[in-house]
Amino acid sequence: MISMLAEESLLEVCAIEQHSLDEYESEMPRWCKGCGDHGVLAALQRVLRKNNLEPENVVSVSGIGCSSRLPHYLNTYGFHGIHGRALPISTGVRLARPELPVITIMGDGDCFSIGGNHWLHAIRYNINAVVLVLDNEVYALTKMQASPTTPDGTKTNTTPHGTYLQPLNPLSAVMGMTNVSFLAQTATWLPAHLDETIEKAWNHHGLSFVRILQRCPVFMPKAFGEGGLNFPVVFLENEDGIPVHPLLRKRGETQAHDHRDINEAQRVAVSVDPAPMGLIYQNRDLPTYEDIRWQRKDRPDRATFLERLDAAVDRYTVT
Amino acid sequence: MSGPTPIRLSEHTVEIVSDAGEGAQKAAVAFAQLCAKSGNGLWTVEIIPSEIRPPPHTTGSASGNRIRLAERERVTNAGNLADVVLAFNEMALLSRIQAGSLADDVLVLIDDQWATHDVEAYQVSYRKVLAQARERGATIVEVPLEKETLRHVEDAQQGKNMFAVGLLCALYSKDAGLLEGVIGGIFKGKSRKVIDTAVELAGAGYRYGVANLEQRFEVPASPSKVSKVAMNGNTALALGAIAAGFDLCSMYPITPATSASHALSELFEQLGGFVHQAEDEIAAIGVALGASYAGKTALTITSGPGMALKTEFQGLAVMTETPLVIVDVQRGGPSTGLPTKIEQSDLLHALYGAPGDAPKVVIAPSTIEECYYILTVARRIAEEFRMLVIVLSDANLATGQQLFDRPDVSQTPEQPPLDLSPVPLGTLPYNWDPTTGLSQRLIPGQPGGMGVTTSLNHDSDGKACYDAERNQRGHVMRSRKLAALQQTLRPPEVHGAPEGDLLLVGWGSTRGAIEEAVDIARDQGLAVSSVHIQFLSPLPPGLQDIFAKFRRVITVELNYSDDWNDPLITKENRRYGQLAWILRAATLMDIDCFARVPGRPFMPVEIVDEVNHILGDPPAIKSRTKASAGAKGVSR
Repeated sequence: MISMLAEESLLEVCAIEQHSLDEYESEMPRWCKGCGDHGVLAALQRVLRKNNLEPENVVSVSGIGCSSRLPHYLNTYGFHGIHGRALPISTGVRLARPELPVITIMGDGDCFSIGGNHWLHAIRYNINAVVLVLDNEVYALTKMQASPTTPDGTKTNTTPHGTYLQPLNPLSAVMGMTNVSFLAQTATWLPAHLDETIEKAWNHHGLSFVRILQRCPVFMPKAFGEGGLNFPVVFLENEDGIPVHPLLRKRGETQAHDHRDINEAQRVAVSVDPAPMGLIYQNRDLPTYEDIRWQRKDRPDRATFLERLDAAVDRYTVT
Repeated sequence: MSGPTPIRLSEHTVEIVSDAGEGAQKAAVAFAQLCAKSGNGLWTVEIIPSEIRPPPHTTGSASGNRIRLAERERVTNAGNLADVVLAFNEMALLSRIQAGSLADDVLVLIDDQWATHDVEAYQVSYRKVLAQARERGATIVEVPLEKETLRHVEDAQQGKNMFAVGLLCALYSKDAGLLEGVIGGIFKGKSRKVIDTAVELAGAGYRYGVANLEQRFEVPASPSKVSKVAMNGNTALALGAIAAGFDLCSMYPITPATSASHALSELFEQLGGFVHQAEDEIAAIGVALGASYAGKTALTITSGPGMALKTEFQGLAVMTETPLVIVDVQRGGPSTGLPTKIEQSDLLHALYGAPGDAPKVVIAPSTIEECYYILTVARRIAEEFRMLVIVLSDANLATGQQLFDRPDVSQTPEQPPLDLSPVPLGTLPYNWDPTTGLSQRLIPGQPGGMGVTTSLNHDSDGKACYDAERNQRGHVMRSRKLAALQQTLRPPEVHGAPEGDLLLVGWGSTRGAIEEAVDIARDQGLAVSSVHIQFLSPLPPGLQDIFAKFRRVITVELNYSDDWNDPLITKENRRYGQLAWILRAATLMDIDCFARVPGRPFMPVEIVDEVNHILGDPPAIKSRTKASAGAKGVSR
């Protein structure tokens, strides 16, 4: 009897199919050569494989922009929506089907500008989803206009004499919101760090907000010190944070950081030079919005449902 | 019962108005329930100020209800000019005179406290308004509402309304024995003391009425053999949403739609669903669309300004063929317009308010009862046709209450669980049937069905493409579904004879008033009929055949059109009512319109006036020219 059970469980273990990387690949990406989007796609595919997810049980949702094409190239269920509105769609998926993991992909204009309201409120809702903002500091698909994160003085097609305003700091904006659950920053020119960050975000229960710095080789080739070659960063170090591999230590200083301390996280989020890389904040104790809503609703069987509907109609019954 | 012999009437309309917060609405609800329980047919509609606590004792503060009660079981609209008004102060009375709501010879019951009030300005204004009402022909009955109430409670604000209920009970010779039950129901959950005081006050009002009213009425009633419910259209939508099996409603507060979500929020969690209040109107539809994409068809409820904000998402629902239902409880526009008042001005917006060619289904309930059932229809169409379905309700249905047969909840359709069975790899997400455009939807979680759903133009494999042929094909397939749906519809039924001099065409909440007007006009010997359109997109079949049997066809709508005799208005530049606009385009027939924006429902008599006016007119062709327009004189 015992050996039979053991045999069965062994069979079960063997029956679990290990997915290969190409199972998460769809059509050939149509991004420009040298675009950071390629790196994020590959990292995401590696994380999905590492966690051995069934492609049919993952939903990726995006808005509009170069990076928002990502669901086209990822072999899961994907929804490529409209500009700025990825987060409401993700929220709808999570509310309706909390068993489905959701990845939301947006660009900087998509999330911080046209989708700004949804961004702030999504953090407060704290749905359980990985939210990646692929920030290249420019509107690229519409051919080079200033985005909220474009550095001051940058010449773009809408600011031919240079931008007028200081760029928005998305990190401090996130840390200013109530109910923030997870905030990290990474960059596509640091692939190992990128993988570890997405992996960490994936395994966080709550809204994992990750800003990914990446260069647009066509419209902003000089951004981020020409794609990280000359861009000062500081790696946030914590045994429970994003690992800083020895090779990374050559790319910037390291700084001990307690991502559980909201005040420390807020201080780090405000600093931009050098740019903080790693896990800035994490709170594992916050309930997610869908958990709250699902816990409070009943799931009556058909008979109970009809009985309760009948009682509701009764309230309005006059004769 | 003592006092004068009651005058028997087949129907009567009474308005109860107070300052906002004085409880006239509650009094009206109590009186309406009293009438319903005794077996009268009813329609009630709220009179709502636009602010929560407007300055008291002003016309802008008038709040209350209109109740039309009848001997017949079925009352389909709010009726004509009111026969009785019970006003808590003279400004409330004045507001109803100014609204054109009262008959000239209306019976006015008014609180007499203002005649001797400490504030002299109130005395002056009271005398002035009463003189004005008398001059119009009103009978004034001053009643000591405040004074008598103060004999029972310290603060008359908290009780006058119950005294008023008793007074109306006496005026309409109702059985005072029903008061206790009705009041107990209305104050359910309140303390015993509150209920006892309310019952005591109503009793006092009744006794006062019996002893003092010189004129009393009776609208005979016989209790209904079938069980009836009374609710407003928004409550009916809320219960209907549950019955339709929705489990997510995503919304953002907007008048006059929000009370539907209030009713739903109260019940939904117990019944397996929830209301998500989103951060804005755009997110509200976005969340609904996300849920629908994930396989749980969702609902969003809004009004005109919210519809405007939702248009980009509407286009997305159409392009991705994601089933979705939007309820638009229409109000006066444009912009903020008349937030609490009725208009039917969102029809063209519902049909065309999205970028690009975005075919949608648009349906409109015409009664409160239909508000209950329409969401089951809407959901079914949305899912079977993978379409966006817009339900156009309005402020009249939202705030009006009608008695209708109690829905049999055991007939509620059962929603099957999600079908997540595997499909072969490479299954097309849009396997369009070439004739109907219909296709099988793939749902996240279905093995083998992975792929992107995109807002970009796509072919049946779901992948983005930009060439002429496949763009045309996508458009054809999305549009063809409307034709396929249209083939399943039946021609609408004509109310009245199938041929005649004039056909009135309506949609939405105006049905009751239009059909009642047709009945009156036919009694006058006029060859008038009406037809009511529930499917605005696609239009039902057979309209041309129906229209062709009438000498003239006009739409009757609560939206704007230019009048023929307005300055500068010509055949070339005249703007028509919205249904007329689409019917003219669909039938190439010369369909005229009677379209007005009074911010209140049509009264049947004003439609009868218009019918008389049209049929007394020179032949149709002449009225179409600028030169003869002056003779038409339709402005009012």
